[in-house]
This record gives sequence, C-alpha cells and structure tokens, in this order.
Amino acid sequence: MNTKVSEIDKKPKHIGGSVLPARGEPFLWVMGGTLAIGISMIIGFLVLIFWNGLVTFFPKPIHVLTLKDGSLLAGEPIREEYYKPGKEQLEMLDAATREHIKRAQGFASRTLYHTGNFDLYNEDYRWVSDYEVAKTTLPAHVFFIERVEWGPFIGFPESLRAGSEIISKASVSYGLLNAQHHEAVERREQILRIERSDIGKINRRIESERLALRRAALKHGENSNEYRKVSAKYEERIAALQGEYDKLRKEAESIKESDSQYEITLRDVNGLEKTLPLSQVVRLYPANGLTSFRKLGVYASRWLEFLTREPREANTEGGVMPAIFGTFVMTVLMALAVAPFGVIAALYLREYARQGHLVSAIRICVNNLAGVPSIVYGVFGLGFFAYIVGATIDELFFPERLPNPTFGTGGVLWASLTLALLTAPVVIVATEEALAAVPQSMREGSLACGASKWQTIRYVVLPKAMPGIMTGLILAMARGAGEVAPLMLVGVVKIAPELPVDGFFPYIHLERSFMHLGFHIYDVGFQSRNSEAAKPMVFVTTLLLITLVAIMNTTAIHIRNRLKKKYYVGHF
Amino acid sequence: MVDSRVTYTESLETINYPKHGGRGVVIEIKDFSLWYGHQQALFNNTLSIERGLVTALIGPSGCGKSTLIRSLNRMNDLIDGLRTQGQIHFSDENIYNPNVDVIGLRKRMGMVFQKPNPFPMTISENVTYPLKVDGIRDRRLLDETAEKALRAAALWDEVKERLHANALGLSGGQQQRLCIARAIAGDPEVLLMDEPCSALDPLATAKIEDLIYQLRGQYTIIIVTHNMQQAARVSDNTAFMYLGKLIEYGDTRTIFTNPKHGRTQDYVTGRFG
Repeated sequence: MNTKVSEIDKKPKHIGGSVLPARGEPFLWVMGGTLAIGISMIIGFLVLIFWNGLVTFFPKPIHVLTLKDGSLLAGEPIREEYYKPGKEQLEMLDAATREHIKRAQGFASRTLYHTGNFDLYNEDYRWVSDYEVAKTTLPAHVFFIERVEWGPFIGFPESLRAGSEIISKASVSYGLLNAQHHEAVERREQILRIERSDIGKINRRIESERLALRRAALKHGENSNEYRKVSAKYEERIAALQGEYDKLRKEAESIKESDSQYEITLRDVNGLEKTLPLSQVVRLYPANGLTSFRKLGVYASRWLEFLTREPREANTEGGVMPAIFGTFVMTVLMALAVAPFGVIAALYLREYARQGHLVSAIRICVNNLAGVPSIVYGVFGLGFFAYIVGATIDELFFPERLPNPTFGTGGVLWASLTLALLTAPVVIVATEEALAAVPQSMREGSLACGASKWQTIRYVVLPKAMPGIMTGLILAMARGAGEVAPLMLVGVVKIAPELPVDGFFPYIHLERSFMHLGFHIYDVGFQSRNSEAAKPMVFVTTLLLITLVAIMNTTAIHIRNRLKKKYYVGHF
Repeated sequence: MVDSRVTYTESLETINYPKHGGRGVVIEIKDFSLWYGHQQALFNNTLSIERGLVTALIGPSGCGKSTLIRSLNRMNDLIDGLRTQGQIHFSDENIYNPNVDVIGLRKRMGMVFQKPNPFPMTISENVTYPLKVDGIRDRRLLDETAEKALRAAALWDEVKERLHANALGLSGGQQQRLCIARAIAGDPEVLLMDEPCSALDPLATAKIEDLIYQLRGQYTIIIVTHNMQQAARVSDNTAFMYLGKLIEYGDTRTIFTNPKHGRTQDYVTGRFG
C-alpha cells in the first residue's frame, strides 16, 4: 500500500492542471480550422461569381493593334496568359525574339482579344502573342456595335443611308447615329409587336375556331347538322380573321419597307465593309471615347436588356427574362404544392399515427427519399405525371387537340409537382421536428379547455410550429430552385416561345414548357457553339440564379421571423 | 405547525352557492385504480368531493396526486397503454363509461397546470379559447366573457390596456392567472389545479391563493399541491395520498392538527416527504 502511494507522489504534476488532450485544445483547432476552410471556400466561390458576373457588362476599351506583318487588329482584351510556343513556331521567329523567349525559360505571353466581326472573320476571339505586336493604340472613334445577328462588330461607321440621302463618314457624329438608331429600334419594336403580339392574337383565335370545329366533329360526327352549322360559321369567321391577318401583314410589310431605307455601312480596321439595316443594331458606342458616366449608362442598359428581354443568338446574347420568370413561377408553384402536402403528411405521422414499427419504417423511407438522385424523380415525373396523368387529362378534357399533347408532355405544372415530390422529405422531416417541439403542456391546455384534437392542432399546435415548418419550406425552396437534372425531363426547354403566364385566357398556362435559369446555365455554358462568348453569360446567369434564390429565401425568412415574433415563447 | 393564515375556512357557513345547486357531493371516486402499462399508479381509491369547497390533494412526489386529478377530466387518455378500473361519478354519470363525451366532460371541468401554458395568441384570444372551440364568433359575447373571466381571475386591471398583446409577454404569475381565467371562461363546474403555484415566486403564489379563496363557492376546486402550508391555507378538505393509495381524507383542520394515521402525521409535520 505504502509503495503505491509513494509512486503516485513521484509523478510530475502539470502546472496547468491537466494534460493537453484533456483540455481539448487540439480539437478546438481542428474544429475552427474546418470551419475556416468551409467559409473561405464559400466566400471564394461567391467572390468569383460576383466579380465575373458584375464586370461582364461593363464596356471594355478596344485596342487597335498593328502587327509586325503589317495587318491591323481591333478587339477588346479579355485575358492574358503565359504559354510555351511550339518548336515550329519558334523557328519562324526572328533571332531576337527567340533569344527573348529563351531567357524567359521558353515562355511567351499572349492576350486573347474579342475581335467580333464573326461574319467577316469566321472567328470572334483571337489569341495574339506579344511578340507579334508592333504597336497598340486606343483610337477614340472606334465603335463597338452590338447587332441582332452575328454578334458584335468592332470598327468604324463608314456611312449612313436614310432613304436616298447618304450621310458620309465626315458628318456621321455619335449624336446623329444615336438619334437615327433610336428611331430604327422603335421601328423594329413596332414590327415585332405586330408580328408577335397582334398576329399572335389572330393565330390564337384561328386556332380556337379550329378547335371548336374539331370539338363539334368529335361530339356530333362530321355528317350531322350541328357540325355543318358550326362549319359554316367557322368558314365565315376564318375569312374575317384572314382579312384582319392580311391587313396586319400589310402594315408590317410597309414598316419593313420604310425600315429598309435606313442602312448603316461599317468598316473594320483592315477596310472590309459590311452594310446592314440600322434596325439590326442593338447598341453602339465609341468604346474608348466614353466618359465614366456614359460607361455606366451602357452598363445599366445592358443589365436592363439582360433582365427584361428575350434571348438571341442561341441564348448567348440578349436577355434571360423568360428564364427568370420560369424559375420564379416554377419555384412558387412547387412551394404551393409541397407545403400542404408535406405538412399534412407530417401531421398524420406525428399527431395521429400510432407510433410503432410501421411509422418508424415510414420515417426511415421518407428520410431515404431525400437521397434518391434527382434525375430519378425526373424520370418518375415524366412517366407518371406527363405520360399517365397528363395523357388522361388530355383524353378527357382536350380531345380536340390530339394528337398534339396538352398536358401529356412536360410542362411547368409537372415540373413543379416533380420538384414538390423531390423536396417533400425535407418539408416532412422539418415539420415533424417542429411539431415535436411544441410543448405537450400547450396541447394539454387546449384539450383541457374542451377542444377536440383537430381544434388543438389547428389553433395551437400548427401556429406554434409554423416557424419551424417555414424553415423546412425555405430549405425545400432553396433545393428546388437550384435543381436542373429532373427539369430537363419534365418541361424545361432551351427556348420557350411563350411564358407560362400571359394575357390570354386562362392567363396561367400550367401545361406550357418553360425556361429555367439553371438549365440556361448548362445550355449556354456547354451547348453553345462559342464557349468563349458564352463564358461571361454563364457567370452572369449564375449570379442571377443565386440572387433569385437569395431573394426568395430572404422573403421566406422574413415571413418566418415575423411568425416567430408573434409566437415567441416567454420564459420566466 | 399550521400556518397562522388559516382563516379561510372560518367563513365556510357564509358561502352561498349561486350556481350549481346546494352543497353535496359532486364527484365520487369509487374504488378507482389505474395502470401505466404494467405499472400500477393508483390503488383502489375512494373519495367524495364536495360541491363548492376547495379540496387539496397532498402527498410526497410520485404518490399519484397528479394522476388522480388528471383522471377526473380524462387527461390521462393521452397516454398510451393506460388502463383503469373502478368508477368516477360526476353528476351521477360514470365518466369512464365508453360512451361518455370526453370533450363535453372537459368543458365542464376547467384545468390549470403546473407550468403556465398560455397559447401563442393574444390575451383576449387566450381567455376566449373555450368559446372559440365551441364555435362562438359573436364579438360582443367574447369581449364580455373575456372581461368577466379576467376580472374573476384578478387580472383585468393589469391587462385591460393590452388585451390584444401576445399572452407570452406576461410574467409567470400573470400567465398562470390568465390560465385560470381561461379555465373559468368556459363556465365549468369544477376547477382542477395541478400544482398551480409550483413554478411561481412567493408573491405570485400569494395572489393565486387569494384568487382560489375568492373563487371558492362558485366552483368546486380540487388542488394538488406540494406545499402543505398552502393546502392548509386554502382548502376546506384535504386528502393525503401515499404510493398511489388514499391514506386519509377529511376536514383540513383535522388532517393538519389531529390526523388519524401515523403516516399523515409524519408527512404534515415534515418528518418525511
């Protein structure tokens, strides 16, 4: 006994009281470090998106390069990099340059220029090595001209034709150009309005007449009196509509005729000329001669176009308004579908079902559903919603439109329901937890007042659990808005001709296919002909998608906080 | 041993019974036993509660007082695996008959719980909750009832300016009085109080005790308490329970000054508990 005591006494005592692992300091460092890594990755990602997204639309200067072989090149510098020129390339260079590269350990630098003028050059981006360049200038009068087709043109306005009058280079001022261009844009919008909106309306009426005729044929048979009556009426109405159509067409033709009187001739730095209707120009500005204020004006007008217009040129130019709208409508529909569905399911599971093995098994299944790959939901949505439910709806309610499917194909409704299914586990789990967190004493208080179980749930439990349910819904919306893979199967398209909400009865067209920002990113970034031109659009669209999700989440969080304040639990 | 403030019972003869008939037995517990699963919590209890009086249930923790009081409005039904035997008669009806309307029963018995449990609503919505579940929407009737109940619960003067504020913003004592107001707003015959002061400070406790004294006569009050002084102060009759069995039941003064059982004696004198 005694020896043991003395052994203990001999052990050195730590002044700090305990050993390092006991104090847990290393774990503190591990935890803090892990968090720091996570946060810095998120911040890095956000900075990358924000920076690239925000600078894309800012007008860049145009450099005019005189190359050593004597040719000229004008373009916006995009980025620089070092590269190793190949052996054959080196052999073609003169001795001094070769020596220079050799001293730089075989590296040369080069710059990527956005040269535009795709119709003239068959390329719109070009790498230029620094050793090729003899001289770089920034002339004030070189213009950046965005066009409806063929991408931008970089060069000089040579002359302007307004009817028979030709304004030559000397008298083409920026102000005059702008004024003429403004008028031309108005003409283009007018033509668009007539062709899209007015003629669209007539087409719609013709289509509805045709459907009425078909309905009559299906109902009464083609040989019945009723059908003949409808048919006669149909002929009459179609003739009237055809008249209106011709009138509008003529009107559009006459505007087009006058529009073709206005043409602009452009010349690139090497003297190649290109003449195009002035109305085909989207925007033009002298890139190097802009004041800061003017630059901001161009920046703002580009953002405005991006946010409010439809895409052009296989989605790589123009705006993304239909995609913003589609994303928003789909997410809202999804939230409207998943909220009651998930909450009711969770209510039954938590409040009514007898807690036992079966309920535990269901709970495990629900949790596991959250891990099923989203594309599987897409396949299910297409098979079940579109091909079974949708096809049945078509047969019952839209037989006259067959064989063209109405609901029997992908659409915004089916996409929303598919995503609702995908996000239901999130809502169910969150709701169950929120319900479990409602104190038993509150339920007892309500029951003791003579309330039934349903009244207790309705008046006491649900309001109290609402903030938690909202949290689940926010998570579900965030997941749903960012989901792309299943949507590709159930209704998202590259270009949707019509929005799911418009001014025609019944105003909300749930059967229509739609555009989506997430899919737009994929499409622009990986499916377009020109990856270099698409890259900035990918960043801008990503920025927009993140912003949209953030806005929707902030709104939901705001609602939740107001609910929380209302039902805050007083402690005493 | 007994608190000097035991003065309430003196005025027993002066009580008149305006509401629910004269004196007499209102609840009769006959040979009542109860099991939680396989564990028996109450053993063959027989007890009669007198109308208009305050009956206190005392006893050490786990003796079954709360179980018994929660059996009276069938609050225990919420527990899985519960089994009962024997009868509890309320207005000559066995409340454990299978065809008894439990919701109707609970409407006739207001209950106040250990911890104040106001609902996440405004003060007036809290008080009128029993009317709301009855489907009453008449604004005037609701307001009148709220005022009456809040006055009866001695809370009106403190909250009349903020009837539409959240009830959760009240202090603990106020919340408990609000719960009492809520319990009496439904015009019950019996008030069940399950340790209503155990979560409150002495001042709030005194207020609740005053309130119980004022409500005495209008309602039959059954109160579970840990606090023997409280039982002595507020109750007319006291039942002492131990390990699920009713040991002694009688006039409060007798129980506290001259108990028949040694165990009661030990408990009320603080020798165990």
